[in-house]
Amino acid sequence: MKKVYDSAADALEGVLSDGMLIAAGGFGLCGIPELLLQAIKESGAKNLTFASNNAGVDDFGIGILLQTRQVKKMISSYVGENAEFMRQYLSGELELEFTPQGTLAERMRAGGCGIPGFYTKTGVGTQIAEGKEVKNFDGQDYILERGIVADLSIVKAWKADDTGNLVFRKTARNFNPPAAMCGKICIAEVEEIVPRGELDGDAIHLPGIYVHRIIKGTHEKRIEQRTTRKREDA
Amino acid sequence: MAWDRNQMAARAAQELEDGMYVNLGIGIPTLVANYVGDKDITLQSENGMLGMGPFPIEGDEDPDLINAGKQTITELNRTAYFDSATSFGMIRGGKIAAAILGAMEVAQNGDLANWMIPGKLVKGMGGAMDLVAGVGRVIVVMDHTSKHGDSKLLKECTLPLTGKAVVDRIITNLGVLDVVEGGLRIVECADGVSEEELRAATEATIV
Repeated sequence: MKKVYDSAADALEGVLSDGMLIAAGGFGLCGIPELLLQAIKESGAKNLTFASNNAGVDDFGIGILLQTRQVKKMISSYVGENAEFMRQYLSGELELEFTPQGTLAERMRAGGCGIPGFYTKTGVGTQIAEGKEVKNFDGQDYILERGIVADLSIVKAWKADDTGNLVFRKTARNFNPPAAMCGKICIAEVEEIVPRGELDGDAIHLPGIYVHRIIKGTHEKRIEQRTTRKREDA
Repeated sequence: MAWDRNQMAARAAQELEDGMYVNLGIGIPTLVANYVGDKDITLQSENGMLGMGPFPIEGDEDPDLINAGKQTITELNRTAYFDSATSFGMIRGGKIAAAILGAMEVAQNGDLANWMIPGKLVKGMGGAMDLVAGVGRVIVVMDHTSKHGDSKLLKECTLPLTGKAVVDRIITNLGVLDVVEGGLRIVECADGVSEEELRAATEATIV
């Protein structure tokens, strides 16, 4: 079975449609599927819901789809870096489901693992708990959260082999594995595709069973906050 | 006289013990790392890293290596990376000994508000709700009063909560207080601050 596609647009062919729920990997601008987001923008698909920890910045990441009004709803934990997001949300044009970061990661992981819901103490007694079932285990309250099964997952990895086994690099792993797991179809964009046998089977971060299509591309990998120290301080 | 930001961070660092795995929030809590001295502390960054190092030397920034505040950082020889679900598994599972966080308001029963001002600022809770619900000990570091001089240590929070009855200790520019049965207990006053001044600046019940 062929998993390697020529471009992001090719990989999206036949699997992207209006109104979809898309799970996207990345944290801030780190490890985001920037090429697939650009291709989704160019496709013109609209009324999309994104399960993604953040919403990018105005001109990069999911932010580029907010500019073109292709996003109907975000399921996120933190959207503080995006002025256009704020404007659309405060004016009621954009729906937002705030989900605590760990709950969002677990909702993706659970959805991918066949677990439709789970109990967590995160958010008990807060706005997040409103309307959710509360259950007491061993004297402590927990709330019921639902697993997420996405129509499509888009993720970014460092390396893949042609069977879809993925290796991530440093903190660019973040939400990519759980986002990949929860999709009915998962497309991964990577920096390098190697022939099968070249990746160490003991060092695969995400097995290829979760990955259906792969593209290789050149990534901008923008830095959101460049913080450094002077050489003489080191 | 009262503590400045660095003195508050230095005081917070005294809460950390050798061998602890710790999560530091954004702002003053980040400065705590400068004051741990010889203690063997492992910093967790909830975007998927244990063993967080200092900022990189100019020119060595790596876009694949950031902390939870999206800042470029470095790794150490002990660093381990993992995905976000695993990261919050260790947070929710109580494996992280302590979190040091900023706050907008703390109530005398330990309620914490630090994520939202209704109608004004919509940023999100990020990982704060998971951290305060899951870690062993929650230490808040914040100014004792708002810019307008109002106490941020309250009988009840007015802002939407991040967690209910989750705070263990509060370190402010005026002193250190613990959340105990019936209210807050003064642990110590900052340099040059009297107990009377600390009480006068506190709306919460002091027991």
